[in-house]
Amino acid sequence: MTSVMNETRAGDGRSHHGEHPPNEGRRERQRSGMMRPETLAKGLGWFSVGLGVAQLVAPRRVARLIGVRPSDRVSNTMRAIGARELASGIGILAQRRRAPWVWARVGGDVLDLALLGRNLVPRRKGRGRLAAATAAVAAVTVLDLLTSEQLASDDSAERPEEGSLNGSPAKRRSIHVLRSITIDRSPEEVYAFWRDFENLPRFMEHLESVQVTGERRSHWKAKAPAGRTVEWDAEMTEDVSGERIAWRSLPGTEVPNRGVVRFLRAPADGGTEVHVDLHYEPPAGRAGAVIAKLFGEEPELQLASDLRRFKQVLETGEVVRSDASIHQKMHPAQPPVGDLAVSLDVEGGY
Amino acid sequence: MRAVCWEGKRKMKVESVPDPKILNSRDAILRVTSSAICGSDLHLYNGFVPTLERGDVLGHEFMGEVVDVGRSVRTLKVGDKVVVPFPIACGECSACQRDLFAACENSNPNAWMAEKLWGHSPAGIFGYSHLLGGFAGGQAEYVRVPFADIGPLKVPNGMSDDQALFLSDILPTGYMGAEMCDIKRGDVVAVWGAGPVGQFAMASAYLLGAERVIAIDRFDYRLRMAKDKAKAWETIDYEREDVLERLRELTGGRGPDACIDAVGMEAHGHPAMYAYDRAKQALMLENDRPLALREAITACRNGGTVSVIGVYSGFIDKFPMGSLMNRGITLRTGQCHVHRYMRPLLERIENGEIDPTFVITHRMSLEDAPKGYAMFGKKQDHCEKVVLKM
Repeated sequence: MTSVMNETRAGDGRSHHGEHPPNEGRRERQRSGMMRPETLAKGLGWFSVGLGVAQLVAPRRVARLIGVRPSDRVSNTMRAIGARELASGIGILAQRRRAPWVWARVGGDVLDLALLGRNLVPRRKGRGRLAAATAAVAAVTVLDLLTSEQLASDDSAERPEEGSLNGSPAKRRSIHVLRSITIDRSPEEVYAFWRDFENLPRFMEHLESVQVTGERRSHWKAKAPAGRTVEWDAEMTEDVSGERIAWRSLPGTEVPNRGVVRFLRAPADGGTEVHVDLHYEPPAGRAGAVIAKLFGEEPELQLASDLRRFKQVLETGEVVRSDASIHQKMHPAQPPVGDLAVSLDVEGGY
Repeated sequence: MRAVCWEGKRKMKVESVPDPKILNSRDAILRVTSSAICGSDLHLYNGFVPTLERGDVLGHEFMGEVVDVGRSVRTLKVGDKVVVPFPIACGECSACQRDLFAACENSNPNAWMAEKLWGHSPAGIFGYSHLLGGFAGGQAEYVRVPFADIGPLKVPNGMSDDQALFLSDILPTGYMGAEMCDIKRGDVVAVWGAGPVGQFAMASAYLLGAERVIAIDRFDYRLRMAKDKAKAWETIDYEREDVLERLRELTGGRGPDACIDAVGMEAHGHPAMYAYDRAKQALMLENDRPLALREAITACRNGGTVSVIGVYSGFIDKFPMGSLMNRGITLRTGQCHVHRYMRPLLERIENGEIDPTFVITHRMSLEDAPKGYAMFGKKQDHCEKVVLKM
C-alpha cells in the first residue's frame, strides 16, 4: 500500500519538474495555514528518525513503554517498524519533494494503528499504556495526513496558470496575495498616509524608495540580495479619496504587478480596515530567483509583516524594534553591538 | 554589562554583553537595581517554551533608575526610580485603549511567530522568547524599556525595592487571578500552586471579599507560608490527599465557588496522569501538562469560575470540556494586564493592606543567578522567591 502511494505521488511530481524547477515552485506557495507544511514535515521527519532509532536499538524497551509484552516476535516486529520509521524519516528530511515520503508515513501510521488495535483486545494489563500509545499514533496520523495533503496541493500549485498580467506570455505564473489589518485611525488619515507613496518604504521592508514622477505615475526601487536593486514604473489606475487606491506596473518591467488597497471604516468607529490585494509575476531564471528572495518564501507573511509595521507607524509613530528583531536572521535577544544608527539605516532607515 | 543568559536547557550563565541602546524614540534605559526570577522563567529554564535562542537575556520582573530616555519620552527623566510592567504595551492600539495591555497589537515585532502558534499575537514580553518579541530581559545591569512613557511606574520616595518590585508581575498577576473570580460574600476560593503568584492570589482573594481560601501544593513549606502569611483557611497536600475528595468535604459537597490555576504547563499530580502527560510532552504531542487545570475544572462548583493565571504555551490533551460545558463553568484567563493594576496596588502597599515582601526567601547577587535558578527549580532550601540585587 505504502509503495503504491509512493510511486503515484513521485510520478506526479516528476511530470511537473520538466516545466518548473522545484525550488521556484516551493516559493510560490502562499498559504495562511497554522504551520508551514514544510516545517511540519521536517518535524515529522525528525520524529520518525528518533522513534526509528529507539525501536531498532531498544525494541523491548519501546514495547514495554507502550504497554506491549516484549516477546521475540514483538521485538522483530518492532525492529521492522523501526527500520521503516527511520527510512521514512530520512526520506522526509533528505528529499526536496517531501510529499511522497510523508505519504509513506501515513501508510505506516495506519499499519501501526492496526497492530496496536490487535494488541488492544487480548491483554488487560498495560491496556492504559497501549490506549495512550494508540491515541498518540492516531494524533500523528492526523498530522501526517494534514501535512501530506498540504504538500500535495502545493506541488500541484506548481502548474502554470492560464492567462497573465500585462499581456505577458501565458506560461508565466501569477502570485496572488491577500491580507488585511485594522488600524485605530480614521480611513481619511490612513488613506492619506498610503496615498503619499513616498511613505511606503517606511514600513515596506524591501522597498528602498518610491518616487512620484507624475500625476498618476511613480518609480519604485526595491532592495534585492547582494546589493542589487529592482526598479519599475507604476501607474495608478484608481484613486478614490479615503476609500481605495489601485495601481499596476507599466509594460516592460521585470516584475509585472498590480494591486488594490481598500480602506473601510471598521464597525462602531473602531478605526480602519486596510485590505490589500496584490498580484505579481515572478520572472523565470536568475531574475526570478532574486525576486523570490525579495518577496520571501511566503509573500503573504511578508505582506502581513509590512501591514503590521504600517499599523505601528500610524499608531505609535515608528516601527517597533526589539533587541533581536533588528537583525535579519534569528539572533539572541541581547543588546546590539556597534553603531546602531548605521545598522538601522541599512535595514530601512527609520 | 553583565547579564543572565539562557545557554540551553537548565543552563544559565552570567555573561558580559553590550550595554543596551535607545532603538525607538519612546525607549528608556534603566540601571537595574532589583530583578526577580519568576516561576514562569523556570518554564524557559526547563526548555518548555519554544523559540528561545542560546544567549537570550532573561528576566521580566525588574525595577531601576532611569539613565537615558529617547526623544519622545516626556513622562520620565534621568534619575527617576521606576518599576516596569512585564508586558510591553504601546498605549495607542485598540487593545491598550480597552486596558488589555497584555494583548497590545503593536509591541511584538515577531508577531508572525505568535500568529503561527496562537492565531493572533499578544504583547511582547521582556526576556520571554522570540515568539514574544525577542526583547532582552531585565536580569542584567541595564535594560532597554520600550514605550517608557506608558509602562514604568515611579516608585514613591521611601518605598523599598523589595516592596515595589513585585508590582512588575506577580502581585498584579495574583490579584487579577482573584479579580477574574468575581468573588461574592461567602465565596470559597481554591488556589492550585502555592508559589509566589499563588500566595498573592490567595491574599488578593481575601482583599476582594472571599470567605475562605484553600491552598493546594505538594511542598510543606509553601503550604505553611500560605497558612501563615496568605492566611489560607485550609491547605491540601496533593501527594498525600485526594484533592477532589478533600475539596468536596471542605465545601459541604458544593465544590469551591472559584478555582485559580496558579501552576500552568509544568504541573505535577497523580503519578499515572503525570506519566501520561510527561510522555506526551516528551514526544511533542502536547506542549503543556494541564494536571492542575483539569483538576480545577472538575473540582469547581456548578456555575463557578475557573481562573487561569499559570502560563501555558500551546496544546493540551484530555481537556474536560464536558464538565466545563454541562456544569456551566466560566473559564477566564490571561497574561496580566499589569498596567491597570500597578497604581491601585501601589496604594494598597502604601496603606499597609498588603506587604508583598513575605514571599522573598532568597536575595543574591546577579553573578549568583544560575545558582538561584537551580535552587528555585529544584525547590531547594525552601526556596519561594529569589531576588537579584545589583
